[in-house]
Amino acid sequence: MNVATLPDTGAAPLARPPVPPPYGMLAELTHRCPLQCPYCSNPVELDRRNAELDTQTWLRVFSEAARLGVLQVHLSGGEPTSRRDLEEMIRHCVKVGLYTNLITAGVGITPERLQAISDAGVDHVQLSFQGADAATTDLVSNFRGAHERKLAFAAQVRRLGLPLTVNSVVHRANIHQIPDFIELALTLGAKRVEIAHSQYYGWALRNRAALMPTREQVFWALEIVEKARERLRGVLTIDAVVPDYYAKYPKPCMNGWGKQSLNVTPSGKVLPCHAAETIPGLDFWNVRDHSLPEIWQDSPAFNAYRGTDWMPPLCQGCERKEIDWGGCRCQAMAIAGDAAETDPACHKSPLHAHLLALAEEDAARQEQPFDYRRYLQPDRAS
Amino acid sequence: MAPALAPAGIPRLARGVRLRHDEARGQWVLLAPERVLHPDPVAVEILRRVDGARTIDAIVDDLILAFAIDRERVAGDVDAFLANLALKGMVEVAT
Repeated sequence: MNVATLPDTGAAPLARPPVPPPYGMLAELTHRCPLQCPYCSNPVELDRRNAELDTQTWLRVFSEAARLGVLQVHLSGGEPTSRRDLEEMIRHCVKVGLYTNLITAGVGITPERLQAISDAGVDHVQLSFQGADAATTDLVSNFRGAHERKLAFAAQVRRLGLPLTVNSVVHRANIHQIPDFIELALTLGAKRVEIAHSQYYGWALRNRAALMPTREQVFWALEIVEKARERLRGVLTIDAVVPDYYAKYPKPCMNGWGKQSLNVTPSGKVLPCHAAETIPGLDFWNVRDHSLPEIWQDSPAFNAYRGTDWMPPLCQGCERKEIDWGGCRCQAMAIAGDAAETDPACHKSPLHAHLLALAEEDAARQEQPFDYRRYLQPDRAS
Repeated sequence: MAPALAPAGIPRLARGVRLRHDEARGQWVLLAPERVLHPDPVAVEILRRVDGARTIDAIVDDLILAFAIDRERVAGDVDAFLANLALKGMVEVAT
Protein backbone atom coordinates (compact mmCIF):
# COMPACT_ATOMS: atom_id res chain seq x y z
CA MET A 1 0.00 0.00 0.00
CA ASN A 2 1.56 3.27 -1.03
CA VAL A 3 -0.89 5.96 0.00
CA ALA A 4 1.61 8.72 -0.73
CA THR A 5 1.22 8.29 -4.51
CA LEU A 6 -2.57 8.68 -4.49
CA PRO A 7 -3.86 12.03 -5.70
CA ASP A 8 -4.91 14.33 -2.90
CA THR A 9 -8.72 14.26 -2.92
CA GLY A 10 -9.06 16.22 0.30
CA ALA A 11 -10.71 13.19 1.93
CA ALA A 12 -9.72 11.95 5.36
CA PRO A 13 -6.75 9.54 5.25
CA LEU A 14 -7.57 5.84 5.35
CA ALA A 15 -7.76 4.54 8.90
CA ARG A 16 -5.24 1.82 9.73
CA PRO A 17 -6.65 -1.55 10.75
CA PRO A 18 -6.83 -1.86 14.54
CA VAL A 19 -3.53 -2.91 16.13
CA PRO A 20 -3.74 -5.78 18.66
CA PRO A 21 -3.39 -4.33 22.17
CA PRO A 22 -0.18 -4.45 24.23
CA TYR A 23 0.20 -6.73 27.26
CA GLY A 24 2.75 -4.75 29.20
CA MET A 25 3.60 -1.16 29.98
CA LEU A 26 6.85 0.08 31.46
CA ALA A 27 6.11 3.21 33.45
CA GLU A 28 9.35 5.08 34.03
CA LEU A 29 8.01 7.27 36.81
CA THR A 30 11.22 9.23 37.27
CA HIS A 31 14.84 9.26 36.16
CA ARG A 32 16.01 10.19 39.66
CA CYS A 33 17.98 7.33 41.20
CA PRO A 34 20.47 6.94 44.05
CA LEU A 35 22.53 4.47 41.98
CA GLN A 36 24.74 5.23 39.00
CA CYS A 37 24.97 1.93 37.12
CA PRO A 38 27.08 2.35 33.98
CA TYR A 39 24.69 0.21 31.86
CA CYS A 40 21.50 2.02 32.88
CA SER A 41 18.73 1.61 30.30
CA ASN A 42 17.61 5.20 30.77
CA PRO A 43 18.63 7.60 28.02
CA VAL A 44 21.90 9.51 28.28
CA GLU A 45 19.85 12.72 28.48
CA LEU A 46 17.87 12.16 31.67
CA ASP A 47 14.58 13.90 32.47
CA ARG A 48 14.69 16.35 35.37
CA ARG A 49 12.24 16.31 38.24
CA ASN A 50 10.51 19.45 36.97
CA ALA A 51 9.79 17.69 33.65
CA GLU A 52 8.02 14.73 35.30
CA LEU A 53 4.33 14.03 34.78
CA ASP A 54 2.13 14.90 37.75
CA THR A 55 0.09 12.38 39.71
CA GLN A 56 -3.21 13.02 37.95
CA THR A 57 -1.68 12.52 34.51
CA TRP A 58 -0.14 9.19 35.56
CA LEU A 59 -3.48 8.03 36.98
CA ARG A 60 -5.16 8.88 33.68
CA VAL A 61 -2.44 7.01 31.77
CA PHE A 62 -2.98 3.91 33.95
CA SER A 63 -6.74 4.05 33.33
CA GLU A 64 -6.14 4.38 29.61
CA ALA A 65 -3.64 1.52 29.67
CA ALA A 66 -6.19 -0.78 31.33
CA ARG A 67 -8.84 0.23 28.79
CA LEU A 68 -6.38 -0.39 25.94
CA GLY A 69 -5.73 -3.96 27.13
CA VAL A 70 -2.50 -3.65 29.13
CA LEU A 71 -2.45 -6.36 31.82
CA GLN A 72 0.82 -5.72 33.63
CA VAL A 73 2.43 -2.44 34.59
CA HIS A 74 6.10 -2.28 35.50
CA LEU A 75 6.66 0.65 37.84
CA SER A 76 10.22 1.61 37.20
CA GLY A 77 12.57 4.55 36.82
CA GLY A 78 15.14 5.62 37.81
CA GLU A 79 14.07 4.66 41.26
CA PRO A 80 10.24 4.61 41.38
CA THR A 81 10.11 5.07 45.15
CA SER A 82 11.61 8.54 44.59
CA ARG A 83 8.00 9.45 43.73
CA ARG A 84 6.11 10.15 46.95
CA ASP A 85 2.84 9.41 45.12
CA LEU A 86 3.86 5.82 44.27
CA GLU A 87 1.37 4.27 46.69
CA GLU A 88 -1.46 6.31 45.20
CA MET A 89 -0.49 5.09 41.74
CA ILE A 90 -0.38 1.46 42.89
CA ARG A 91 -3.83 1.76 44.50
CA HIS A 92 -5.15 3.18 41.26
CA CYS A 93 -3.60 0.40 39.18
CA VAL A 94 -5.18 -2.21 41.46
CA LYS A 95 -8.53 -0.44 41.13
CA VAL A 96 -8.45 -0.54 37.32
CA GLY A 97 -7.29 -4.19 37.30
CA LEU A 98 -3.62 -3.76 36.38
CA TYR A 99 -1.03 -6.17 37.77
CA THR A 100 1.74 -4.09 39.35
CA ASN A 101 5.41 -4.96 39.35
CA LEU A 102 7.73 -2.68 41.34
CA ILE A 103 11.22 -2.49 39.85
CA THR A 104 13.51 -1.03 42.47
CA ALA A 105 17.11 -0.58 43.58
CA GLY A 106 15.99 -1.24 47.17
CA VAL A 107 18.14 1.39 48.86
CA GLY A 108 16.73 4.18 51.01
CA ILE A 109 13.31 2.54 51.41
CA THR A 110 12.27 2.30 55.04
CA PRO A 111 10.33 -0.73 56.32
CA GLU A 112 7.37 1.63 56.88
CA ARG A 113 7.45 2.76 53.27
CA LEU A 114 7.61 -0.81 52.00
CA GLN A 115 4.71 -1.71 54.27
CA ALA A 116 2.69 1.12 52.72
CA ILE A 117 3.61 -0.04 49.22
CA SER A 118 2.55 -3.57 50.12
CA ASP A 119 -0.71 -2.33 51.67
CA ALA A 120 -1.41 -0.39 48.47
CA GLY A 121 -1.57 -3.78 46.76
CA VAL A 122 1.66 -4.18 44.78
CA ASP A 123 1.77 -7.67 43.26
CA HIS A 124 5.47 -8.30 42.85
CA VAL A 125 8.85 -6.76 43.65
CA GLN A 126 11.88 -6.93 41.40
CA LEU A 127 15.09 -5.96 43.16
CA SER A 128 18.35 -5.22 41.35
CA PHE A 129 21.72 -6.53 42.49
CA GLN A 130 24.75 -5.06 40.75
CA GLY A 131 27.00 -7.69 42.26
CA ALA A 132 26.69 -10.87 44.31
CA ASP A 133 28.89 -9.37 47.04
CA ALA A 134 29.16 -5.98 48.72
CA ALA A 135 32.37 -4.91 46.97
CA THR A 136 30.97 -5.53 43.49
CA THR A 137 27.51 -4.08 44.09
CA ASP A 138 28.97 -0.97 45.67
CA LEU A 139 31.52 -0.52 42.88
CA VAL A 140 29.13 -1.01 39.96
CA SER A 141 26.32 1.08 41.46
CA ASN A 142 28.80 3.67 42.78
CA PHE A 143 26.94 3.67 46.09
CA ARG A 144 28.76 2.66 49.24
CA GLY A 145 26.66 0.33 51.39
CA ALA A 146 24.15 -0.43 48.63
CA HIS A 147 24.55 -4.19 48.95
CA GLU A 148 23.79 -4.31 52.68
CA ARG A 149 20.71 -2.14 52.19
CA LYS A 150 19.47 -4.40 49.40
CA LEU A 151 19.85 -7.49 51.59
CA ALA A 152 17.81 -5.86 54.33
CA PHE A 153 15.20 -4.71 51.83
CA ALA A 154 14.88 -8.20 50.33
CA ALA A 155 14.34 -9.69 53.79
CA GLN A 156 11.58 -7.16 54.44
CA VAL A 157 9.92 -7.97 51.10
CA ARG A 158 9.78 -11.64 52.08
CA ARG A 159 8.57 -10.86 55.60
CA LEU A 160 5.60 -9.14 54.03
CA GLY A 161 4.93 -12.21 51.90
CA LEU A 162 5.55 -10.39 48.64
CA PRO A 163 6.98 -12.40 45.75
CA LEU A 164 10.54 -11.37 44.95
CA THR A 165 12.61 -11.43 41.77
CA VAL A 166 16.33 -10.77 41.90
CA ASN A 167 17.54 -8.94 38.81
CA SER A 168 21.21 -8.95 37.99
CA VAL A 169 22.67 -7.28 34.95
CA VAL A 170 25.84 -9.11 34.00
CA HIS A 171 28.93 -7.85 32.19
CA ARG A 172 32.70 -8.27 32.32
CA ALA A 173 33.06 -6.97 35.88
CA ASN A 174 30.60 -9.48 37.42
CA ILE A 175 29.85 -12.24 34.89
CA HIS A 176 31.94 -14.69 36.94
CA GLN A 177 29.43 -14.21 39.77
CA ILE A 178 26.47 -15.80 37.96
CA PRO A 179 26.50 -18.89 40.20
CA ASP A 180 26.63 -16.56 43.23
CA PHE A 181 23.69 -14.50 41.94
CA ILE A 182 21.66 -17.69 41.71
CA GLU A 183 22.68 -18.70 45.25
CA LEU A 184 21.88 -15.20 46.48
CA ALA A 185 18.38 -15.41 44.97
CA LEU A 186 17.80 -18.75 46.72
CA THR A 187 19.10 -17.42 50.04
CA LEU A 188 16.83 -14.38 49.83
CA GLY A 189 13.76 -16.51 49.13
CA ALA A 190 13.27 -15.19 45.60
CA LYS A 191 11.15 -17.34 43.31
CA ARG A 192 12.66 -15.85 40.21
CA VAL A 193 16.03 -14.50 39.11
CA GLU A 194 16.88 -12.59 35.97
CA ILE A 195 20.36 -12.97 34.55
CA ALA A 196 20.31 -10.12 32.08
CA HIS A 197 23.35 -9.54 29.93
CA SER A 198 23.99 -5.85 29.50
CA GLN A 199 22.46 -4.52 26.27
CA TYR A 200 24.57 -1.93 24.51
CA TYR A 201 22.55 1.26 24.05
CA GLY A 202 22.79 4.64 25.73
CA TRP A 203 24.86 4.38 28.91
CA ALA A 204 25.96 0.80 28.25
CA LEU A 205 27.16 1.73 24.77
CA ARG A 206 29.26 4.51 26.31
CA ASN A 207 30.68 1.92 28.71
CA ARG A 208 31.03 -0.95 26.29
CA ALA A 209 34.81 -1.08 26.64
CA ALA A 210 34.43 -1.64 30.39
CA LEU A 211 31.45 -4.00 30.19
CA MET A 212 31.87 -6.34 27.22
CA PRO A 213 32.63 -9.92 28.27
CA THR A 214 34.68 -12.32 26.16
CA ARG A 215 33.05 -14.93 23.96
CA GLU A 216 34.32 -17.65 26.33
CA GLN A 217 32.71 -15.91 29.31
CA VAL A 218 29.40 -15.58 27.47
CA PHE A 219 29.27 -19.25 26.48
CA TRP A 220 30.28 -20.31 29.98
CA ALA A 221 27.45 -18.13 31.33
CA LEU A 222 24.88 -19.69 29.02
CA GLU A 223 25.93 -23.17 30.13
CA ILE A 224 25.83 -22.28 33.83
CA VAL A 225 22.31 -20.88 33.45
CA GLU A 226 21.09 -23.97 31.56
CA LYS A 227 22.46 -26.31 34.22
CA ALA A 228 21.00 -24.26 37.07
CA ARG A 229 17.60 -24.24 35.33
CA GLU A 230 17.58 -28.03 35.28
CA ARG A 231 18.75 -28.33 38.85
CA LEU A 232 16.32 -25.76 40.25
CA ARG A 233 13.17 -26.61 38.29
CA GLY A 234 10.17 -25.90 40.52
CA VAL A 235 12.34 -24.01 43.04
CA LEU A 236 13.63 -20.99 41.16
CA THR A 237 12.67 -19.65 37.75
CA ILE A 238 15.71 -18.38 35.88
CA ASP A 239 15.02 -15.94 33.07
CA ALA A 240 17.93 -14.89 30.91
CA VAL A 241 18.33 -11.88 28.68
CA VAL A 242 20.85 -13.07 26.14
CA PRO A 243 23.91 -11.22 24.92
CA ASP A 244 23.73 -10.64 21.19
CA TYR A 245 27.15 -9.42 20.03
CA TYR A 246 28.30 -13.05 19.87
CA ALA A 247 24.99 -14.46 18.64
CA LYS A 248 24.05 -16.02 15.33
CA TYR A 249 20.50 -14.73 15.29
CA PRO A 250 19.38 -11.35 16.61
CA LYS A 251 17.12 -11.08 19.64
CA PRO A 252 13.42 -10.62 18.77
CA CYS A 253 13.61 -7.20 20.37
CA MET A 254 10.42 -6.40 22.36
CA ASN A 255 8.94 -9.41 20.50
CA GLY A 256 8.36 -7.00 17.66
CA TRP A 257 8.20 -3.20 17.56
CA GLY A 258 4.84 -1.91 18.76
CA LYS A 259 3.54 -5.43 19.18
CA GLN A 260 3.32 -6.33 22.88
CA SER A 261 4.50 -3.47 25.01
CA LEU A 262 5.08 0.22 25.39
CA ASN A 263 7.16 2.48 27.55
CA VAL A 264 6.16 5.82 29.08
CA THR A 265 9.02 8.15 30.04
CA PRO A 266 9.00 10.41 33.13
CA SER A 267 8.05 13.38 30.96
CA GLY A 268 5.27 11.48 29.18
CA LYS A 269 6.78 10.44 25.88
CA VAL A 270 5.54 7.04 24.74
CA LEU A 271 8.23 4.81 23.26
CA PRO A 272 8.20 1.34 21.67
CA CYS A 273 11.28 0.46 23.78
CA HIS A 274 13.75 1.93 26.29
CA ALA A 275 16.26 3.02 23.71
CA ALA A 276 13.98 4.21 20.90
CA GLU A 277 15.02 7.82 21.43
CA THR A 278 18.48 6.92 20.09
CA ILE A 279 16.85 6.75 16.64
CA PRO A 280 16.81 10.26 15.19
CA GLY A 281 13.78 11.53 13.33
CA LEU A 282 11.13 9.42 15.06
CA ASP A 283 8.05 11.34 16.15
CA PHE A 284 7.16 10.23 19.70
CA TRP A 285 3.76 11.36 20.92
CA ASN A 286 3.29 12.48 24.51
CA VAL A 287 0.51 11.48 26.92
CA ARG A 288 0.05 15.20 27.64
CA ASP A 289 -1.25 15.62 24.06
CA HIS A 290 -2.80 12.26 23.16
CA SER A 291 -4.55 9.34 24.84
CA LEU A 292 -2.59 6.13 25.20
CA PRO A 293 -4.89 4.11 22.86
CA GLU A 294 -4.51 6.85 20.25
CA ILE A 295 -0.71 6.77 20.59
CA TRP A 296 -0.57 2.97 20.41
CA GLN A 297 -2.67 2.95 17.25
CA ASP A 298 -1.54 6.04 15.37
CA SER A 299 1.73 7.48 16.65
CA PRO A 300 4.25 7.67 13.77
CA ALA A 301 7.01 6.24 15.98
CA PHE A 302 5.00 3.08 16.71
CA ASN A 303 4.04 2.59 13.09
CA ALA A 304 7.55 3.19 11.75
CA TYR A 305 8.79 -0.38 12.33
CA ARG A 306 5.60 -2.24 13.17
CA GLY A 307 5.02 -5.58 11.43
CA THR A 308 7.20 -6.54 8.49
CA ASP A 309 6.47 -3.97 5.74
CA TRP A 310 9.40 -1.75 6.76
CA MET A 311 11.97 -4.54 6.50
CA PRO A 312 14.94 -4.42 4.11
CA PRO A 313 15.08 -7.12 1.38
CA LEU A 314 17.48 -9.26 3.44
CA CYS A 315 14.85 -9.59 6.22
CA GLN A 316 11.88 -9.71 3.84
CA GLY A 317 13.29 -12.84 2.22
CA CYS A 318 14.17 -14.51 5.54
CA GLU A 319 12.19 -17.45 6.93
CA ARG A 320 12.75 -16.06 10.44
CA LYS A 321 11.22 -12.64 9.78
CA GLU A 322 8.27 -13.31 12.09
CA ILE A 323 10.50 -14.99 14.70
CA ASP A 324 13.21 -12.33 15.07
CA TRP A 325 11.16 -9.38 13.76
CA GLY A 326 14.36 -8.08 12.18
CA GLY A 327 16.09 -7.94 15.57
CA CYS A 328 16.68 -4.60 17.22
CA ARG A 329 16.09 -1.25 15.49
CA CYS A 330 18.25 0.64 17.97
CA GLN A 331 21.17 -1.71 17.40
CA ALA A 332 20.80 -1.30 13.63
CA MET A 333 20.92 2.46 14.25
CA ALA A 334 23.93 2.26 16.59
CA ILE A 335 26.05 -0.04 14.44
CA ALA A 336 24.77 0.27 10.86
CA GLY A 337 23.78 3.93 11.13
CA ASP A 338 20.27 3.16 9.81
CA ALA A 339 17.41 1.90 11.97
CA ALA A 340 15.75 0.23 8.97
CA GLU A 341 18.75 -2.05 8.32
CA THR A 342 19.10 -5.67 9.40
CA ASP A 343 20.31 -5.93 12.99
CA PRO A 344 24.09 -6.59 12.72
CA ALA A 345 23.69 -9.28 15.40
CA CYS A 346 22.20 -11.43 12.62
CA HIS A 347 24.79 -13.64 10.89
CA LYS A 348 23.25 -12.66 7.53
CA SER A 349 24.03 -8.97 8.07
CA PRO A 350 27.01 -7.65 6.09
CA LEU A 351 28.05 -5.94 9.34
CA HIS A 352 27.98 -9.10 11.46
CA ALA A 353 31.77 -9.57 11.33
CA HIS A 354 32.22 -5.91 12.22
CA LEU A 355 29.99 -6.28 15.29
CA LEU A 356 31.91 -9.34 16.42
CA ALA A 357 35.20 -7.51 15.96
CA LEU A 358 33.92 -4.62 18.10
CA ALA A 359 32.99 -7.06 20.86
CA GLU A 360 36.29 -8.91 20.74
CA GLU A 361 38.27 -5.70 20.74
CA ASP A 362 36.42 -4.35 23.79
CA ALA A 363 36.47 -7.67 25.63
CA ALA A 364 40.25 -7.93 25.28
CA ARG A 365 40.86 -4.57 26.99
CA GLN A 366 42.37 -4.23 30.42
CA GLU A 367 40.06 -3.05 33.18
CA GLN A 368 38.43 0.23 32.16
CA PRO A 369 36.96 2.92 34.40
CA PHE A 370 33.15 3.27 34.40
CA ASP A 371 31.50 6.36 33.00
CA TYR A 372 28.78 6.38 35.65
CA ARG A 373 25.18 7.32 34.85
CA ARG A 374 24.47 10.89 35.90
CA TYR A 375 22.82 14.12 34.81
CA LEU A 376 25.20 15.49 32.21
CA GLN A 377 24.05 19.09 32.03
CA PRO A 378 23.77 21.36 35.06
CA ASP A 379 20.13 21.84 36.11
CA ARG A 380 19.21 25.27 34.78
CA ALA A 381 15.93 25.30 36.69
CA SER A 382 17.52 25.12 40.14
CA MET B 1 4.91 -35.46 38.43
CA ALA B 2 3.74 -33.39 41.36
CA PRO B 3 2.71 -35.23 44.56
CA ALA B 4 -1.06 -35.51 45.16
CA LEU B 5 -2.73 -32.87 47.35
CA ALA B 6 -4.87 -33.56 50.42
CA PRO B 7 -8.57 -33.41 49.41
CA ALA B 8 -9.33 -31.48 52.62
CA GLY B 9 -6.67 -28.88 51.79
CA ILE B 10 -7.74 -25.32 51.02
CA PRO B 11 -6.01 -23.89 47.96
CA ARG B 12 -5.52 -20.22 47.27
CA LEU B 13 -3.58 -18.26 44.69
CA ALA B 14 -0.18 -17.17 46.01
CA ARG B 15 0.45 -13.46 46.45
CA GLY B 16 1.54 -12.11 43.08
CA VAL B 17 -0.80 -14.43 41.16
CA ARG B 18 -4.11 -13.11 39.93
CA LEU B 19 -6.93 -14.50 37.81
CA ARG B 20 -8.90 -11.95 35.88
CA HIS B 21 -11.04 -11.61 32.83
CA ASP B 22 -9.28 -9.70 30.07
CA GLU B 23 -12.06 -7.61 28.56
CA ALA B 24 -9.94 -6.29 25.68
CA ARG B 25 -9.29 -9.80 24.35
CA GLY B 26 -12.38 -11.57 25.67
CA GLN B 27 -10.52 -14.26 27.64
CA TRP B 28 -9.42 -15.25 31.13
CA VAL B 29 -5.80 -14.73 32.09
CA LEU B 30 -3.68 -15.83 35.02
CA LEU B 31 -1.16 -13.13 35.86
CA ALA B 32 2.11 -13.90 37.63
CA PRO B 33 5.51 -12.18 37.86
CA GLU B 34 6.56 -11.46 34.25
CA ARG B 35 4.06 -14.07 33.05
CA VAL B 36 0.66 -13.95 31.38
CA LEU B 37 -0.87 -17.44 31.20
CA HIS B 38 -3.96 -18.35 29.20
CA PRO B 39 -5.77 -21.09 31.12
CA ASP B 40 -8.00 -23.38 29.06
CA PRO B 41 -11.77 -23.47 29.82
CA VAL B 42 -11.44 -26.38 32.28
CA ALA B 43 -8.59 -24.63 34.12
CA VAL B 44 -10.66 -21.45 34.32
CA GLU B 45 -13.56 -23.32 35.95
CA ILE B 46 -11.19 -24.74 38.55
CA LEU B 47 -9.35 -21.46 39.17
CA ARG B 48 -12.58 -19.48 39.61
CA ARG B 49 -13.38 -21.76 42.54
CA VAL B 50 -9.95 -21.32 44.17
CA ASP B 51 -11.03 -18.64 46.63
CA GLY B 52 -9.06 -19.45 49.77
CA ALA B 53 -12.24 -20.75 51.45
CA ARG B 54 -13.27 -23.91 49.59
CA THR B 55 -11.45 -27.22 50.09
CA ILE B 56 -10.28 -29.21 47.10
CA ASP B 57 -13.12 -31.62 47.83
CA ALA B 58 -15.63 -28.79 47.77
CA ILE B 59 -14.25 -27.55 44.43
CA VAL B 60 -14.68 -31.05 43.00
CA ASP B 61 -18.26 -31.25 44.36
CA ASP B 62 -19.08 -27.92 42.83
CA LEU B 63 -17.69 -28.89 39.42
CA ILE B 64 -19.68 -32.16 39.46
CA LEU B 65 -22.87 -30.21 40.20
CA ALA B 66 -22.14 -27.56 37.57
CA PHE B 67 -21.16 -29.89 34.75
CA ALA B 68 -22.73 -33.25 35.64
CA ILE B 69 -19.46 -35.12 35.18
CA ASP B 70 -17.85 -38.18 36.67
CA ARG B 71 -16.31 -37.69 40.15
CA GLU B 72 -13.22 -39.79 39.66
CA ARG B 73 -12.14 -37.98 36.55
CA VAL B 74 -12.85 -34.53 37.96
CA ALA B 75 -10.98 -35.28 41.18
CA GLY B 76 -7.99 -36.49 39.18
CA ASP B 77 -7.99 -33.45 36.90
CA VAL B 78 -8.36 -30.96 39.74
CA ASP B 79 -5.59 -32.60 41.75
CA ALA B 80 -3.19 -32.77 38.80
CA PHE B 81 -3.86 -29.16 37.84
CA LEU B 82 -3.57 -27.67 41.32
CA ALA B 83 -0.60 -29.84 42.29
CA ASN B 84 1.27 -28.59 39.25
CA LEU B 85 0.52 -24.95 40.15
CA ALA B 86 1.54 -25.67 43.75
CA LEU B 87 4.84 -27.05 42.51
CA LYS B 88 5.39 -23.80 40.64
CA GLY B 89 4.54 -21.79 43.74
CA MET B 90 1.48 -20.24 42.12
CA VAL B 91 -0.99 -21.97 44.42
CA GLU B 92 -0.62 -22.52 48.16
CA VAL B 93 -2.60 -25.25 49.89
CA ALA B 94 -3.45 -24.85 53.57
CA THR B 95 -4.12 -28.11 55.38
